Amino acid sequence: MAETHSLQDLGQQAAVAAKVFIQRDYTNGTVCQFQTKFPSELETRIDKTQFEETVRTLNNLYAEAEKLGGQSYLEGCLACLTAYTVFLCMETHYEKVLKKIAKYIQEQNDKIYAPRGLLLTDPIERGLRVIEVTLFEDRSLGR
Amino acid sequence: MMKNCEYQQIDLEALSTPAPTPSPQPVTDNGKEEEKTAKKQRRKWEVFQGKNRFCCDGRIIMARQSGVLPLTLGLILLTSVLFFIFDCPFLVQHLTVCIPVIGGALFVFVVITLVQTSFSDPGILPRATPDEAADVEKQIDDAGNTTYRPPPRTREVLINQQAVKLKYCFTCKMFRPPRTSHCSLCDNCVERFDHHCPWVGNCVGKRNYRFFYTFIVSLSFLTAFIFGCVTTHLALRAQDGKGLVFALQESPGRYPFSQRLSSNSLNQHFIIIYIYILVICFFSVWSILGLSGFHTYLVASNLTTNEDIKGSWTGKSGAEAATNPYSHRNIFVNCCSVLCGPMPPSLIDRRGFLSAEEEAAAAAAPQATSREVELPVLASKKDINVGSKCVSEESPARPASRPRAPPTPPPADRRRGGGGERAGHNSAVNSDPARDRRPAGRGALRHTPAAAAAGDAHTHTHHNAKAQHKRTHRGARSALDGPGGTRAASPGVGRSSKDRRNAGSPPPLP
Repeated sequence: MAETHSLQDLGQQAAVAAKVFIQRDYTNGTVCQFQTKFPSELETRIDKTQFEETVRTLNNLYAEAEKLGGQSYLEGCLACLTAYTVFLCMETHYEKVLKKIAKYIQEQNDKIYAPRGLLLTDPIERGLRVIEVTLFEDRSLGR
Repeated sequence: MMKNCEYQQIDLEALSTPAPTPSPQPVTDNGKEEEKTAKKQRRKWEVFQGKNRFCCDGRIIMARQSGVLPLTLGLILLTSVLFFIFDCPFLVQHLTVCIPVIGGALFVFVVITLVQTSFSDPGILPRATPDEAADVEKQIDDAGNTTYRPPPRTREVLINQQAVKLKYCFTCKMFRPPRTSHCSLCDNCVERFDHHCPWVGNCVGKRNYRFFYTFIVSLSFLTAFIFGCVTTHLALRAQDGKGLVFALQESPGRYPFSQRLSSNSLNQHFIIIYIYILVICFFSVWSILGLSGFHTYLVASNLTTNEDIKGSWTGKSGAEAATNPYSHRNIFVNCCSVLCGPMPPSLIDRRGFLSAEEEAAAAAAPQATSREVELPVLASKKDINVGSKCVSEESPARPASRPRAPPTPPPADRRRGGGGERAGHNSAVNSDPARDRRPAGRGALRHTPAAAAAGDAHTHTHHNAKAQHKRTHRGARSALDGPGGTRAASPGVGRSSKDRRNAGSPPPLP
């Protein structure tokens, strides 16, 4: 039962103690990357390396989505030739990777974050501005 | 609540299916809440805070003021149709059948790309949620000093070894990402903001720049093609007779449509039509070709119109010489990244369903306290686009003396290709954050003329950009070749109006 409890469920039982926002990292330009700096509010809740691993994987996935390479150029040229009407019928590479990201976040939430009373919100829900980490009141501490 | 350790068994089906029946709120009675949410399940576009218009249940997005889009569409359709009716038959007989085929292909291309530019999301950034806004405010306050002066609302980042200032947007309550600008006409922050184009009635930004570029390039080809064909037609006719006037007046007995059209009065109409097509195409070719050339330069150097006009990377604005940190320093790579790069998704998810807490937030929005500070006096409008109140604080207070140009004169203005006298309105492209702190009362009263003047100024800025391109071309080109960062990916333009996000993800937790 503990493994299958979801966070929607958790939300009904627990109150939100705080929200931490991981901001974007613009040192490489406008590519979607998030800061890997470990926020101090999470120190008591989760391992630093675990968290950084999650953010790093997300960064890699976003980099893959926005990668300029043969495939994206091919897609772009084909789209241009058809006056971009292919976008109405085809799912773009970016969207495929976004689905992958959503699955990854769901998985991370279920396996790692929910048991610790945390919830990661998919950045796409926040306009790719922040990774929102919701901290729920920790029942184990009796608060 | 803390003692309640009994978890309800999760209903996986309820989780995986999207709304219209989201998980019930714990606060009120479950049954009643479900009934309520099932009844008024709304999509996100209905509570969108910018000044945009939505059609087809959120599939189509436009600026609230459609500008002169109907005129643009009308001119293109009229000129092309007249060309097909009056010139193609003659040219098919005398030259080749390829002419209407090529013309038709170009025409279809132009119309499709115009529609896509006008009706797609340019790259609007959704506004910050209240929690995010509060977090940012806290960070700003922490960073501020203890004097009475308000803390600075800018953040500096190093992008490819180039210092870039990020400004805080008071309307959207966030620090704008690099290359993002707030459009005062649409009241949205738009990523990689190029300009607001009244001719297409929409902003041009990250997601629709490639549509816009394809539109103007294909339009220049189309107008040049039509111009060339009509000139050829008249030249061929003139060869048969004693000059052009005779050719126009002679009764074209051999050609289709002509058996019925043999009277002099109808030949007069022919003359008018040819003159109309020639005049439109002649002026269009010059202005649109110029605009295409300017945008080709921008694409090759990975710049936006906004940056070019403000001289962000050429040192014109008085700062020390800076190089464009987003350029790949290779013309080919720049072109590919801007035009053929991956298509970013729409961040506003306009067809997604609102979750219960978003509904609550939207209902509370007109009374949001954070806005009261900046908008003390303003009648609240019962409007779907709630952001109409906020535009006052962003729209620059231009003197109302500048009259709004009605739709018909712009063609004349446009044909002149913008002039040097419009150089003063360079700052119209986006709102200056320094203006954000003006008392909104003044802005509120000037809402309509300011927006109209801003629209006018935007028009002129748009066309002034072409004139300026020739002057800044050499100056800015050196920025391209200068030393600077290596690569900064500039994601291309994209569009997605599918319910992708709605399909599989459960609504976010409160």
